[in-house]
Amino acid sequence: MGRPKISRKSTVIDMTAMCDVAFLLLSFFILTTKFKPSEAITVETPNSVSSKVAPEKDVVLVTIDKSGKVFISIDDPAKKEILANTINTKKGLNIDVKKFKAAEFYGASFASLNNFLNLQKEQLKGELLPGIPVDSTKGANELIEWMTYIKSTYEGSRMNLLLKGDNLSKYPYFKSVLDAFKKNDLLKLQMVTNPENAPEGTDLFIQRKTEDVSGKKVDE
Amino acid sequence: MAEMDTSSGGGHKKGPGVKKGKKLSTRVDLTPMVDLGFLLITFFIFTTTMSQPTGLKLFLPKDADKPEDQNKAKESGVLTILLGKDNNVFYYEGMIDNSNATSKFKASNFGSSETGIRTIIMNKKKTTPEKDFVVVIKPNGDCTYKNVVDILDEMQISVVKRYALVDISEVEDQLVKITEAAGAGN
Repeated sequence: MGRPKISRKSTVIDMTAMCDVAFLLLSFFILTTKFKPSEAITVETPNSVSSKVAPEKDVVLVTIDKSGKVFISIDDPAKKEILANTINTKKGLNIDVKKFKAAEFYGASFASLNNFLNLQKEQLKGELLPGIPVDSTKGANELIEWMTYIKSTYEGSRMNLLLKGDNLSKYPYFKSVLDAFKKNDLLKLQMVTNPENAPEGTDLFIQRKTEDVSGKKVDE
Repeated sequence: MAEMDTSSGGGHKKGPGVKKGKKLSTRVDLTPMVDLGFLLITFFIFTTTMSQPTGLKLFLPKDADKPEDQNKAKESGVLTILLGKDNNVFYYEGMIDNSNATSKFKASNFGSSETGIRTIIMNKKKTTPEKDFVVVIKPNGDCTYKNVVDILDEMQISVVKRYALVDISEVEDQLVKITEAAGAGN
């Protein structure tokens, strides 16, 4: 019996198109990724089930490192300038506004703020710095004043108050920071955490599941 | 350099009489390049989603100057959670005083077991009318920031609508320390 002729097809596939797609996606991801900037202050944040992404604009970030030192950072250079001027007039300090603007974070008492701003980049390491004094048993809680000035700086505009604490920092420092916020009527804050899933079988897990099915949020 | 594909794969067939040209094919085998491309893509996908921190919202109560301004909670609906050092968790229901301290004051932990704080919150929530249910969180000086966030997170997990972060009282602090010293917290 004569077999029908099967034309032998080549198994080589043209990869050009696939390659194009791959690199298009690659370039997209490279461009959209923001690498974690190497931070001078190392902080390990705790986990939470919160699924809301922390804001990235108009941020005032208060950091507590593992030994309880407190640092402030602000992302908007314009606000930093206003803040520097406010501190200069209110505290009678003569700090360099340009240096204040260039600094990524602040972690010294008002009295030594000038020295702090003159530090070289290599010296700006969390463990070497004094931090903002918050312990009211060892003097004044200067964070209260900081927050007052920051609040007046952001008067009339949006401000996202973030708190980033280290797993190992002790509660009293956290409480002093909260006290400073409360004293200034800054009652809304967000704590920076790493996301994790809601454990199975809990109320939140069930709530989220029903949200997924119905496609809408029950409540926030 | 990339390897040149010299095989005649995919090329058109020529009749028997036609002389084969000695032209080398310009096709490059792109498979390794595609492999590399996708490897990098997966890497970037993973790194983008993982480094995104989330924000756990916390609303602080305004300090009430006068005692009558403070929120009153029904005693039966209150669950007080105390945080001590070394991840110790203690709790009691309702009010506590010297006479009933030993029977009401109980130890717990952050696990999800029978004695874990999650089970206790859930049980209390089920047995209490919703409008009366309040959780009071009292961290003492020895507990860490992580403990506080974890317990606030438990509030989210168990969908507790009303909870408060309150300063620990002297009596309770002592009670926590004594119990910890006795080794009952583990």
